[in-house]
Amino acid sequence: MELEVDKKENYSILKIKGDVDLYSSPQVRKQIIPLVSKKNANLLVNFAEVTYMDSSGVATLVEALQLTTRNGGKLRLFNLGQSIKDVFELSRLDRVFEIYENEQQALEGIL
Amino acid sequence: MVEVIEIRIPSQPKFLKIIRAGMNHICETMGFSQEESNNITLAVDEACSNIIKHAYGGSTNQPIHVKCVLSEDRLEVILRDFGRKADESEIKSRELDDVRPGGLGVHLIKSVMDIVRYDNSYEQGNQLQLVKYVRRKS
Repeated sequence: MELEVDKKENYSILKIKGDVDLYSSPQVRKQIIPLVSKKNANLLVNFAEVTYMDSSGVATLVEALQLTTRNGGKLRLFNLGQSIKDVFELSRLDRVFEIYENEQQALEGIL
Repeated sequence: MVEVIEIRIPSQPKFLKIIRAGMNHICETMGFSQEESNNITLAVDEACSNIIKHAYGGSTNQPIHVKCVLSEDRLEVILRDFGRKADESEIKSRELDDVRPGGLGVHLIKSVMDIVRYDNSYEQGNQLQLVKYVRRKS
């Protein structure tokens, strides 16, 4: 799995590539938590190249969402493939997260 | 005809990918849809993750046996570990209204599989039986 962070003025984009599972999710957590720990931090997560995600990946995102909300920022997910959407639906968390089709839509109201 | 495939890995998270690749291939050959194959693979992966986390407490050199029994009408996956016995309260899926990290794995397994049966009557370790029926298009 690979992670790429693109920091902009009032938001960051985290691009995840590969499988997010019990092996790799601690690495995602290590990267994502500092990005959402500051006041009003906005984070967009690009799932275009995520090939698999299990409950440990979902749990990491739930933790990030709680931190973001507490800090007055936004966490938005975009470019999710069908198999990743299915994991959110099975977890019944698809309505808890802000999920967008693409980067442009995810940026609305943040820019 | 019944076919049996057994995959054994050490309880090391980096080897879960082997289980996923194997499960995906088995599901495909049995005629499950792509969505069903993904979901069954997720369920078995979650079960293995639970063994690593709970039965073996994160220890990475313990055995996990995944036995797949492929029949005409069903896929049966039997997961065996030799670690700490699971207690009933840990096996229950959590309330989903309670949005918090963790505790999702069991819910995902139960959502996907038709039968989920724990057996902790072994002298050592646990066995989990998962069954998914093949729904043929008529």
